Amino acid sequence: MAPTRREFLIIAGLSAIGSACPPLGRIIAKETTSRGTLLPGAPESAPALKAKRWAMVVDANKCCDDCADCMTACHEAHNVPAIANPNHEVKWIWPERFENVFPAESHAHIQENVRKKIIPVLCNHCDNPPCVRVCPTGATFRRADGIVMMDSHRCIGCKICLAACPFGARSINFVNPRPFIRKLNLDFPTRMKGVIEKCNFCEDRLARGILPACVLACQEKALVFGDVEDPNSKVRQILDKKFSIRRRAELGTKPQVYYIL
Amino acid sequence: MKLYNRGIIIAGIVVFLAVATFPFWYDRGKTLAPPAIELDTPAIQKLADKRCVEDTAFMRDNHMKLLASWRESVVRKNIRVYTAKDGRVFEMGLTGNCLKCHENKSRFCDRCHDYAGVKPTCWNCHNNPEEVL
Repeated sequence: MAPTRREFLIIAGLSAIGSACPPLGRIIAKETTSRGTLLPGAPESAPALKAKRWAMVVDANKCCDDCADCMTACHEAHNVPAIANPNHEVKWIWPERFENVFPAESHAHIQENVRKKIIPVLCNHCDNPPCVRVCPTGATFRRADGIVMMDSHRCIGCKICLAACPFGARSINFVNPRPFIRKLNLDFPTRMKGVIEKCNFCEDRLARGILPACVLACQEKALVFGDVEDPNSKVRQILDKKFSIRRRAELGTKPQVYYIL
Repeated sequence: MKLYNRGIIIAGIVVFLAVATFPFWYDRGKTLAPPAIELDTPAIQKLADKRCVEDTAFMRDNHMKLLASWRESVVRKNIRVYTAKDGRVFEMGLTGNCLKCHENKSRFCDRCHDYAGVKPTCWNCHNNPEEVL
């Protein structure tokens, strides 16, 4: 039976009131979820080192050829496995010849001491990181202070970032890394088979107020770490005085590891 | 209605039902003892106020959500301190915080997880001092 005019008006009126109700419902729902919220504004730990933009200067002139202090310190601090098979190798900071670090600047007649130079290389923590752009899960992301982070929890091991990084700074765990860790550092987690890893600019140490492991390990003070946005920082003092170059800057990734040669 | 190959079909149905319902009648009447978790580690015994980050009931129901929120907070937001409902502050961490008191993962975490049939993947990467030492 068709509704009478009176019934139609009552239904229309009630519907109008009802359509105004969802906001009320949402308010109630919000109330209940906020009661169960698990993170009530936790304060940040006090002694953490902070910067507007973290950066590193590598003074390759100070590097001794056979020295691997920075690499050992880094790999010990972060439980990086020492896998002999080069196909499965995992590395955060490693030595590379000049021609591989700066392929565009290298030529047949370059000074011999430069050609033979062994330079430590690591993730450049680019301002415009291609790895972050291609990551399908958001597992790798750029922090406000410039550190390009890996969230292993979200990594699905698709390796697109591996291909996107022009510096080869990323490694995937093709095998379970745990048996290859020489000395386990309990304070830092390991990784598992199938996740990508790379240098994290020691963000875990910065949070505890400690400089990166490689920087502290270098006896020649060849590695300098600091805030590149702060004109008084050690990094800026060196960049102001000496000529510096960055790896493959022409690609536009804006690397934040500066080399002095 | 005529059912062809009646013997084979009915025998097949009987066998299928027997196999499909096997878990139900095999366990019938048996009771599995609830997990006995051990809370008497030396670190816990030393505590004056034997209280976890939050109260026991909350931790029992929500520890997985709490840990997931800690994970997001530390890795993605760089916020590493947790303020409990009663105002106490804790550094967020699984190995660095939880396992400092619950040193006995095999007799604490694992007992409940085995009982409930859950397999958390935390330990693929996070260190368990019990296993290392």
